[in-house]
Amino acid sequence: MTQNDLPAIFREFNPIEDKMLSIIDNEGHVVNKKWMPALDDTTIVSAYKQMYYERVADEMAISYQRQGRMFTYTPNLGQEAIHIAAGMNIRKEDWLVPAFREMGTLLAKGVTMKEMFLFYMGNEQGGSFQNANHTLPISISIGTQLHHATGIGYSVKYRKKNEAVFTFIGDGGTSEGDFSEALNFAGVWQVPVVFTIQNNQYAISVPLRSQTKSINLAVKSVAFGIPGIKVDGNDFFAMYLAYQTAARYALSGKGPVLIEAFTYRLGAHTTSDDPTKYRSKKEETEWGLIDPLIRLRRYMENEGIWNIDVDKLTDEYKQQINQQFLEAEQNKAYSHDEVFAYMYTDMPDDLKRQKAEYEQFLSWKENRK
Amino acid sequence: MSVMTMVQAINNALDIKLNEDGTVVIYGEDVGVEGGVFRVTEGLQKKYGVERVFDSPLAESAIVGTALGMAVSGLKPIVELQFDGFTYPAFNQIASNVSRMQNRSRGKFTVPMVIRFPYGGGINALEHHSDSPEALYAHLPGLKVVVPSTPYDAKGLLIAAIESNDPVVFMEPKRIYRAIKQEVPDEKYSLPLGKAKVIQDGSDVTVVAYGAMIRECQKAIAMAEEAGISVELIDLRTIYPIDRETIRNSVRKTGRMIAVAEAHESFSVGSELIAITNEEAFLYLEAPPRRVMGYDTVVPLAQGEKFYIISPDRIFYEIEKTVKF
Repeated sequence: MTQNDLPAIFREFNPIEDKMLSIIDNEGHVVNKKWMPALDDTTIVSAYKQMYYERVADEMAISYQRQGRMFTYTPNLGQEAIHIAAGMNIRKEDWLVPAFREMGTLLAKGVTMKEMFLFYMGNEQGGSFQNANHTLPISISIGTQLHHATGIGYSVKYRKKNEAVFTFIGDGGTSEGDFSEALNFAGVWQVPVVFTIQNNQYAISVPLRSQTKSINLAVKSVAFGIPGIKVDGNDFFAMYLAYQTAARYALSGKGPVLIEAFTYRLGAHTTSDDPTKYRSKKEETEWGLIDPLIRLRRYMENEGIWNIDVDKLTDEYKQQINQQFLEAEQNKAYSHDEVFAYMYTDMPDDLKRQKAEYEQFLSWKENRK
Repeated sequence: MSVMTMVQAINNALDIKLNEDGTVVIYGEDVGVEGGVFRVTEGLQKKYGVERVFDSPLAESAIVGTALGMAVSGLKPIVELQFDGFTYPAFNQIASNVSRMQNRSRGKFTVPMVIRFPYGGGINALEHHSDSPEALYAHLPGLKVVVPSTPYDAKGLLIAAIESNDPVVFMEPKRIYRAIKQEVPDEKYSLPLGKAKVIQDGSDVTVVAYGAMIRECQKAIAMAEEAGISVELIDLRTIYPIDRETIRNSVRKTGRMIAVAEAHESFSVGSELIAITNEEAFLYLEAPPRRVMGYDTVVPLAQGEKFYIISPDRIFYEIEKTVKF
C-alpha cells in the first residue's frame, strides 16, 4: 500500500498528524464543503429519523430497565451518528460483526427492537438476530469478534463474493491482543473488512489516557500497513463519508480499513454503571452540547430542510417501541429444552441424560404437589 | 491399502477432504511451505495452492478466531496449532466463542471447524511441547475432543471430525506420529465420533486409555498375561462425547477400572472415568477404581521426564495391585 493508492480522505486526514475528519461544526455549519457527501434532503431527513429512533429506543430501554422489566442494558446515547452512518452504508449482503454498542447499525441490518429487548430480558433468541442476514450475534467478550470479522473477510474473498465485513470495537478493546492480531491478519490477507473503533473516551471507568500512549487510535493502523482515519463521530456527514469511502475501498479488493470514530458515551457503560464516580458533570455537559442529533438538526435548520414535528415523531416512535417491548415481554416461550438444544448439532448422550434427569426431577416435583 | 504412519494417515485424510470439498482450507504456523513442523501437511500446499493451504502469521488466538469467522460463513477450516502448550493463547477464542457460537446464535450459525495439534510428552522437548490438555477442552460445552491412537483411527476419526458440523479439537499423540506403521485403506472412510473401541477382551480388570498410552498399556497387558491376569483394554478415541456405554459394559463385567493417561491426575479424564464407573457400575466393583496418570506438576524437561511419563511396568504394577485388592 502506498499513499497514492489511498482514497484522498485517508491522505488528507493522516492519523500520524493527528488530523480528524469533520464536515460540519458544532453549530451545524459546513466547514469542509469539499468533503460534504452528496446526499439528498430525503436521505438526510431519514438519517436524522433513524438516529432519533435509536435515541428514543435507548431512553425507553433505560426506563424499562429501571422499572425492573429488563436486566442489564448497554445504552448507545451519543453514538448514533456512527451507527446510522454505518447502517446506511452496509448492504443486505454485507456482514455485520457487532460488539454490543451499535444498536442503530443492527436495526438498519434488519434487527428489531423486540429482539433487542428480548436479549436484554435474558433470552438468547433475541441476541441471535434470526432475521438479519449475515449478522453475527452480540459479542460481549471484548475484542474477540474482530477475528471473526477477519475470518469472514477471508471467506468472502475466497468464495469470490462481493461482500464487505463491518465490525466494531471500543477504545478499551484496542488494548486487547486480539485487536492487534486481527488488524495484522486482515492486513496480511488483504480482506474486505471495515474495522470501527468507537472511541467514546471511556472503557467503563478507565479514560483513554490510561489505555494508550498513542496520539490517537487510528494511528494504530499504520503499523499494520492498512489505511486508518480518525473521524468526528458526532458528525453524521463525516461518518457517512468515512463509511462510504471505506466500503468502496474494501469492496474494490484493496483490503481492510480502520476507522476511529471520536465520540463520547453520553450515558452509562451499562445500566449497572454510575459514571458520576469517574467523570465530571462539566465534561458530560460539554459533550452533551455537541450531541450528534443536535448537530445534525442545526445543519438541517441552517439548510432549511428541517421539517420534523418532534413531538409527533416522539409519540409515534414511543408507541412503536412500546409495542415491540410488550411483545418481547409477553414472550414466555423459554423452556428448559432451549438450554440443551443448541450446544451441538447432534446432542451427545451425556447431555440427553442430563436433560432427562432434570425432567425426572421436574416430574417428582409435580407429583409432590 | 498402504502402510502408513499416523503422520501419513492424517496427511492422507486432509488430502482426501481438500480434494473432495472446495470449502476446506488449512492454515497455521509453518503448515504451508514447510508442511508443518511434523510434516503433517507436507505437499498439500503444492497440490492445492496457497489460498487453501497456507502459513498464517504467528498468533494462535487469531488463527482460531479467524477460523470461527470462516466456519460461520461457508468454509470448513482446519487449523493447526503447533504444540499443545501453544494452544493456550487460543484458549479465549475456543472457550469464549468457538464452543459457544452455535448456542449464542440459537443455531443460526454452525461451526464446522477442526483445531488440530500434536500433544503429549516423551520426545525430549522444550517446555510447552509436552502437555496433555484434553481435560481443559473436554470441559468446555460445545466442543468435541478426539484423540486417535493408531494411523487407521487417525484417518477415520479426522475425516469424521472434518465432516462434523460441530467444532472438534483433534489431538494428535506426537510421540507415536511415526512409531506405528499400519495398513490403512487408501479410500475414504470415517469412524464415528463418541464411540470407544474395545481393543482387547478380558475379564479381570478394565483399562481405559487413549492416544500414546494405548501402546504402553498393550505392553503392560503382555506382562499381566504372563502373570495370569486378564485385562480388557478400551481405547476411548473420543474424549467428549465420552462413550459411557462401552465403559459401563466392560466394568460391569470385570468389576475393576484403571484409567491411564499422561495428563495431570486431578480434575482429569481419569477423574471422569472414575465418576462414570461409580455411577454406572458401583455395585459391580471389586476394587476401588484407579488413575494411573501424570502428577499435578509441570511436565519435566528431558532429564526429569522419565519420572513423569507413565511406563508399561508402572501400569502393570497398578493392574496387579488392583486385581489383588
